Amino acid sequence: MLLLGNSEDYEEFNKGIWRDNPVFVQVLGMCPMLAVTNSAINAVAMGGATLFVLVGSSFLVSIFKNLIPKQIRISCFIIIIATFVTIADYTLLALVPAVHKELGAFIPLIVANCMILGRQEAFASKSTPRLAVMDALGMSTGFMIALLSLGSIREIFGTGTLFGVELFGPAWEPWVIMILPPGGFLTLGLILLFFNWMTQRKAMFLEQVAEAEVEGSSQ
Amino acid sequence: MSDIIGSDRDPSGGDPPKQDEPKSTRLVMILALAGLISGIGIVGIFEVTLETITANKARELRAAVFKVLPGVTQMQQLAQENNQLIPVQEDEASDNTIYGGYDEEQNFVGYAIPGEGPGFQDTIKLLYGYLPDSKKVVGMEVLESRETPGLGDKIYKDLVFVGAFADLPIEPIIEVVKKGRKVSDNQVDAITGATISSRAVVSIINESNSSWLENLPAVGSEPVMQISTDNNSEGENATTRQ
Repeated sequence: MLLLGNSEDYEEFNKGIWRDNPVFVQVLGMCPMLAVTNSAINAVAMGGATLFVLVGSSFLVSIFKNLIPKQIRISCFIIIIATFVTIADYTLLALVPAVHKELGAFIPLIVANCMILGRQEAFASKSTPRLAVMDALGMSTGFMIALLSLGSIREIFGTGTLFGVELFGPAWEPWVIMILPPGGFLTLGLILLFFNWMTQRKAMFLEQVAEAEVEGSSQ
Repeated sequence: MSDIIGSDRDPSGGDPPKQDEPKSTRLVMILALAGLISGIGIVGIFEVTLETITANKARELRAAVFKVLPGVTQMQQLAQENNQLIPVQEDEASDNTIYGGYDEEQNFVGYAIPGEGPGFQDTIKLLYGYLPDSKKVVGMEVLESRETPGLGDKIYKDLVFVGAFADLPIEPIIEVVKKGRKVSDNQVDAITGATISSRAVVSIINESNSSWLENLPAVGSEPVMQISTDNNSEGENATTRQ
């Protein structure tokens, strides 16, 4: 899928999903990642809120990048992020009170999500609004994918449901540990293992291809 | 690799390495400006959503009152004043209020009493329905809690546990027993794996009972349903027809 990326936009979007995935590769944003992923719907809500905050702040930061003095850039980023988080907080509370109740304290904590601040510092403050938004969209999609995969796995095993739909019937005894904190760590560990294994496999494959090409051209 | 795009931090400056330190007044001004704009944004979203949020909360509470008092179609908020229960406007919520539930003929049915107390992780807030003539709890609804997902949250997800409060005599006191050990009517089976949360719910109800019940008016002399004249409530249940 990386091979398809010709345009710069697509490249910026794409890198967040796989190559630089904020969770599986950069291992950022672990607090919301582990805390709210005990069900798939919570994961979607947290992913959506994070997407809104990240895209909004990246856009503003890249617009104002020349006005923000270097010495106070972090404070300015935090002010911008916190504003978007508050907006997301009130909007969720007004529109979907039930989901807001479940996410509780973790919505305000998006302010401290290092993935968001990281994107401002590493990318948005150095690039054009267009690319910053593409980067933010990609990163938050990657974050959403990570949240959703963790949330689905934990909900399926921990409660026997997916998005609240019963999967296994009454005979299923849920593995309660999966929706408790240890289940979060276990699942995340296994997913990271899988991810690293895939990356390694891919590297080996590319190496072999390169070798084969060298051999082919030397003959 | 792609993060190198546009390393021009300050195009107007031209000599980034030896740039002068901006004056601190300028920094303060910029931060203050950012804070001001942010503040305006937050106030804006607060104003926009406030109405929906208050309406949501009122609707939630209202729904809870009707849920914990079966057969009730109208309600009013009652406040304790000078040893009397007086109907009050609904938005004047305070610690010292309960809700009276009435049926369609405006006959008094029972009280919905809020209670709160420490749970396993955080304060549990709940509302329960109480019938003074039969001295029974007839329903319980958890309004707010942060109990452990999968264990403690069964205090509102486990229908067997919630159902135990549908017809529960409160005298001499409600007791929690281990699952399956229930011998008398005033006992509630604890949830396996959530004993503390189960006990918390019961002790909250017991505590509210001990502070409220002696202050309630005698059976038969409950406050009557007032024809509500407030126009700020959302209609359906607050207003009654003549």
